[in-house]
Amino acid sequence: MTRETLLNFAIRFGFLILLFGLVIYFSLSANGFASPRSAAFILQSVAITGILALGVTCTLVVDGFDLSIGSVATSALMLSAYAMVILEMSAGSAVLLCLLMGAVVGLINGLLIVKFKVPDLLATLGMMFLLIGLQRIPTQGNSIATGMKLADGSTAEGTFSAAFLWLGRHRFDLVVERLVPMPVVIFLITAVVIWVFLELTRHGRLMYAIGSNERAAALVGANVSRYKIAAYMISGVTASIGGILLAARLGRGDIASGNNLLLDSVAAALIGFAVLGAARANAFGTAIGALFVGILLQGLTMMNAPYYTQDFVKGAVLVLALVFTFYLSAKRSAGGKT
Amino acid sequence: MKTCEIIGLEKSFGGNHVLRGIDMHLSAGEVVVLMGANGAGKSTLVKVLCGFHDHDGGSMQLDGVAYCPADAADAISHGVVTVHQSIDDGVIPDLDVATNLMLNQLTEPGAGLLVRDGALRRAAQKVADNMGLRMDVRTKVADLSVADRQMIAIARAMAYDPKVLILDEPTSSLSASEADRLFTLVDRLRTQGVAILYISHRMSDIRRIADRIVCMRDGEISGTFEHAPLDYSGAVTAMLGHSMTDVDIDVQHGGQPILEIDALSLSGSAQTVSFSAQDGEVIAITGLLGSGKSALADIIFGLQSPKSGQMRIAGQPYAPQSAAQAVAAGVFMSSKDRSTNAVIPDFDIANNMTLPFLSQFSRATLLSTRAQRAAAQDMIARLGIVCQSDDDGIGTLSGGNQQKVMIGRWLLKDCRVLLLDEPFQGVDIGARRDIGAHIRATAKGRATLVFVAELDEALEIADRIIVLNEGAIAGQHENRGVDMEALIAQVSGPLGAQQQVNT
Repeated sequence: MTRETLLNFAIRFGFLILLFGLVIYFSLSANGFASPRSAAFILQSVAITGILALGVTCTLVVDGFDLSIGSVATSALMLSAYAMVILEMSAGSAVLLCLLMGAVVGLINGLLIVKFKVPDLLATLGMMFLLIGLQRIPTQGNSIATGMKLADGSTAEGTFSAAFLWLGRHRFDLVVERLVPMPVVIFLITAVVIWVFLELTRHGRLMYAIGSNERAAALVGANVSRYKIAAYMISGVTASIGGILLAARLGRGDIASGNNLLLDSVAAALIGFAVLGAARANAFGTAIGALFVGILLQGLTMMNAPYYTQDFVKGAVLVLALVFTFYLSAKRSAGGKT
Repeated sequence: MKTCEIIGLEKSFGGNHVLRGIDMHLSAGEVVVLMGANGAGKSTLVKVLCGFHDHDGGSMQLDGVAYCPADAADAISHGVVTVHQSIDDGVIPDLDVATNLMLNQLTEPGAGLLVRDGALRRAAQKVADNMGLRMDVRTKVADLSVADRQMIAIARAMAYDPKVLILDEPTSSLSASEADRLFTLVDRLRTQGVAILYISHRMSDIRRIADRIVCMRDGEISGTFEHAPLDYSGAVTAMLGHSMTDVDIDVQHGGQPILEIDALSLSGSAQTVSFSAQDGEVIAITGLLGSGKSALADIIFGLQSPKSGQMRIAGQPYAPQSAAQAVAAGVFMSSKDRSTNAVIPDFDIANNMTLPFLSQFSRATLLSTRAQRAAAQDMIARLGIVCQSDDDGIGTLSGGNQQKVMIGRWLLKDCRVLLLDEPFQGVDIGARRDIGAHIRATAKGRATLVFVAELDEALEIADRIIVLNEGAIAGQHENRGVDMEALIAQVSGPLGAQQQVNT
């Protein structure tokens, strides 16, 4: 009996205790880790990944998967740059255009999966390739920067407007002057919105039901197709938000940035399975998962671990979290069965 | 001769003492039926026997040699083979019949690298002939009927040449005629000298097949019946701990017609079905597989469109295109095969139960957990669901209690028409009576249609029994002194009647 309680406790709080232990350890051994600036830096480093991860969480909830989020984000990055620098659109319309693009890509993903019965991994893999290619076509494979030379020899007239850059670069005062960057605020808002949606609304509950037993959900009258499409549209929109913030931070349409977005955000969502013993995709876990990776990398960097060890560390955390989720939960359910 | 002997077997999960000293034996060429209410420990006993769980105390012997399987594969290599309740655990649906039947040969250490399809098919054909299976061995298993898949699962089990064969509720998804084929197969295995442990809730199975009945209650053997004629009512009493009286149906004729079915074509044939279901009436609809029973349920719930014909609810035309439309029109259906069609394994009891009505448990789309829990607790009390609390995971409940949750789901709100498709699947007789009594007690205000293959179940719950055969109504009976012979003849139809004469 006590072993079982211990196991349950480990499954529920093990990962949070590990996170807490890491913070204490780095605070003691790395000088300057426990400071508002460092906290803000960690949050900033995970904000965009986190936003994408929250979107992919919604697709995981309906037992789907969205591989196209990384390329949706980079497409949004290029599209916003193209819209402002070459088409000379305003910040507001560029943002709207990107969000619309994300929603449409999500809709197409959803339709491919629901109506054309393409398996989710394959449909979104195809979409990923398509977008990676598509975003390079308008600029013949070049990055977009203000004052760049165009193909016809003229110079691009448009600029990134101040309002747009504000999205990526503005910092709010909190305790210390100019501390919290705008992307962090958007990350936190997105996290709260997705959490409320998934955990507290009936739509979220139905999406979990669809993920657990699609047929049963359909037989109680849930519109399974619509919810699945909605999940991919949410994923597309959050990915384009991520891309917009990246563009606003960089101030240019950099063709090479955002390479790691897909893997990092999927990892965050999967690490989230282990948080609070949920053993399924959940918004709180995803946010904590993103934060966990951020804290670990920041701490190790401050203790002079070289940059090229980062992917190794992320991978190790992911494997640990997956073992945590699946091995321990399997033990628990086997023990509880009669 | 005792093939398998179990002595003082004990098993606990945490503080839960599930098996409390089981003594029993299985002999070659004998069918032992194991009876027990849901949660009595039958499944645990089977899982210990087939190596899924280890035991805490006692011992097991196989042919006089100590037997303690390390895992399922070890149990099989000792000759203890189990066909589990969930059929699709026993077959690989995407492969053809031949490969399924020969699968154990492919895993043998000496098997060649290349699969020779021709030889494989011939060997499979031999196995199939031996077992009396008549399908083409090249058919994909997924395309076969449930009964055929069940036969293949058993044939696969037989390929291991078992000493002990355990069949865990093999008929729970089969209709009466399909079950008959299974019994013929079991008879054949019995004469081949296999010791068979057969677990079932269906009295008709037990009457047909048992050489000996062992009853379990609360983790102990509560009765053994071995001298012919077997004392079936004694066995039920030993299983439940109290005797079971016959259900006394106070036949209701019902008030206003609620659901009117008008010349509905169920299959492609020219046959049609017309009847009306009245307010407060419980109608049992019975028939073999392919009789149109499932099609009728699906059409009323909007999962299928009828080829022709109309439906009316309270005089208004009713033609649902989806389950959502049916639910919106006040037509609820508890589907058969709860694990595939009804249970949300990740959810707790309260969320499973309230799933269809989440919009009514939420304000501005935000769910009210308190309202969900209150409704679930009320239903748990009304149906007598055995659980710790409403936030127990659905998987922690026994089959019968899970089924009560699935039916309770559709009793939470009032409806016009309630469809119950095989509501007693894998449910012990005690829980079955609980469910039946509750359905009858709440029948006012709606029309209730219960789709059952088992006639005993129909007689226990219905005011009126409608027999379907080949997409047409073969007979209707008021449930008062039913002429059983006529009823059975109508169920099996002209074709089945001929077969019965022959055997």
